[in-house]
Amino acid sequence: MVKLVTKHVGLENSHTLEVARRNGIYARVEKAFAMEPDALVQEVIKSNLRGLGGAGFPAGRKWSFLPKDSPKPRYLVVNADEGEPGTCKDKYVMIHDPHLLLEGIIITCWAIRAHKAFIYVRGEYDLPIARLEAAIAEAKAAGLLGEKVLGHDFAVDVVVHRGAGAYICGEETSLLESLEGKRGWPRLKPPFPAVEGYLRCPTVVNNVETISYVPHVIELGAVAFAALGTERCGGLRMFTVSGLVKKPGVYELPMGIPLREIIYDHAGGLLDGRTLKAVIPGGSSSPVLTADEIDVPMDFDALAQIGSMAGSAGIIVLDNTVSMVEALFVLARFYAHESCGQCTPCREGTAWLAQIIDRTLDTRGRSGDADNLLRIAHNIIGNTICPLGEAASLPVVSFVTKFRDEFEEWIARGRPVESIPMRETHIAAAV
Amino acid sequence: MSTETTQTPTSDWGSQPHAGPVVWSDEAKREIDAIFGKYPDRNSATLPILWLAVREFGWISPQVEQIVGEVLERPLNDVHGVVTFYTMFPRRPLGRHHIQICRNIACWLAGSESLMDYLKQKLGIDAGETTSDGKFTLSEVECLAYCECAPAMRFDDRYEGNLTREKIDRILAEAE
Ligand SMILES: Cc1cc2nc3c(=O)[nH]c(=O)nc-3n(C[C@H](O)[C@H](O)[C@H](O)COP(=O)(O)O)c2cc1C
Ligand code: SF4
Ligand code: FES
Repeated sequence: MVKLVTKHVGLENSHTLEVARRNGIYARVEKAFAMEPDALVQEVIKSNLRGLGGAGFPAGRKWSFLPKDSPKPRYLVVNADEGEPGTCKDKYVMIHDPHLLLEGIIITCWAIRAHKAFIYVRGEYDLPIARLEAAIAEAKAAGLLGEKVLGHDFAVDVVVHRGAGAYICGEETSLLESLEGKRGWPRLKPPFPAVEGYLRCPTVVNNVETISYVPHVIELGAVAFAALGTERCGGLRMFTVSGLVKKPGVYELPMGIPLREIIYDHAGGLLDGRTLKAVIPGGSSSPVLTADEIDVPMDFDALAQIGSMAGSAGIIVLDNTVSMVEALFVLARFYAHESCGQCTPCREGTAWLAQIIDRTLDTRGRSGDADNLLRIAHNIIGNTICPLGEAASLPVVSFVTKFRDEFEEWIARGRPVESIPMRETHIAAAV
Repeated sequence: MSTETTQTPTSDWGSQPHAGPVVWSDEAKREIDAIFGKYPDRNSATLPILWLAVREFGWISPQVEQIVGEVLERPLNDVHGVVTFYTMFPRRPLGRHHIQICRNIACWLAGSESLMDYLKQKLGIDAGETTSDGKFTLSEVECLAYCECAPAMRFDDRYEGNLTREKIDRILAEAE
């Protein structure tokens, strides 16, 4: 099985420059420099490399939106906030292959003619931050970063910026506000960051994984890279599998691989004696799938077609012992906590959603609450500044619609006898 | 999110003042200059300087906000607004060790609630509180991005996963 960005995971000292160089990291920089920046952008467009932070926007096309005639400096901002529940992939690159990310940054800076890049890393990531800082210092000393990258008349400076614990700061405009030293309140779009981003200058925001595939696009060539994936989603991506499977982990696999194969062939299948109930396919914000829907190919288009999202590829597996009402409460509580409070529908709505599910769990559910949940969720969708409102609502709509009986049962009668309270069951199973 | 402690006095800012004077060390001053050198504008240095302040002073008190505002040349209001937006800037002293248990979906599926109950009982405190000997602060947090090793926690500046009661006992016993 081909591996690209996780190829060096587990290899001793893969994070050091010496080993990275031996592994061929930075070898693709010269090849990229030999291309005109615009040709490089076209190459990345042709590779079908998609944004892997969640939205799946084609990377090269985003780069092509930078204004051609702006006198302002351009910036690259790498999103390493890794906040989407169920997603733990970017840290593997930062810990095991930080030089790969730096190589991707250099090539991307060349493509978009930027001289400064920021890596916005979630505040808890001490080890990834330490590895990145060390890699940057090594790269500078070796002339790979700085005023003249590899002796060329092209400067690249990389700054690691530590976040401070706010899920919303993973949203790109919130992230830019945060980078500017403000509260992480998302901005209205347009203008998009490509036009007015960091300090109102043209800015490309891309996920760690997206940028880490760029050197591989150069090495393999756009056509070969694209061919690894599906028609419109090129290459591979890292799938995080968590929840009730035998081998949770991060698996780098081709775009479009069936969800069933990931769960059963790679993640070891379900725990003994359990049956599959539901799967959240793309991080906590993506609409849940039932056990019948897991033959879906895992790419942005196929999941959108069945009403869900490939999102951040965080796959969360729920089996027959899990109560969907309790699981939704855990998610709703999270979104209520993380709403930044700027938009009334999101601020109030996310809190109401959590309250209603909470009272259902407490056997104080009221008839009509299932519809109340749907109504509140629909009043959030489309009425907010940023997509967090939707991210909070879509799980609610999908859980309540697809598992309505379970919700009605709790509302009418409280905890069903066959459902075991979570606090008592799973810990033994999970270890 | 409850990170309130019960007994600590708080100022109008909702954060605990430092008892003595709060001044930057010479080393911190040099680091502040280096931080400013990394960014094209002054305000962008806000988060890095707040992180530095946490390291220097332990928590962000009203006096710390004051001196951070001074170096940034930003109004105190702005600084306070930023500090309170983020969950990782402590506004009162923490215990010597900070236990942060994830309660989000993957960890919850793996039994984090029961671990939280166990820790509360073991330490005799609630989430958001510090033990009376000042050794441990217990917090409940959202996804730490360690879901593949659920149930997970952050213990001081490191991650610990695949937690069991026994593993927690061992980690706490080894902590000075
Ligand atoms: C609430 C919210 C949280 C997000 N969190 C992250 C995150 O942690 N990491 C990330 O890369 N993208 C995150 N995104 C997506 C970013 O807004 C943005 O689309 C992405 O960084 C662009 O990079 P990409 O095109 O390479 O995916 C989030 C979006 C929303 C709405
Ligand atoms: S949708 Fe929610 S998180 Fe996004 S800006 Fe509005 S209130 Fe903030
Ligand atoms: S859900 Fe606990 S670390 Fe992600």
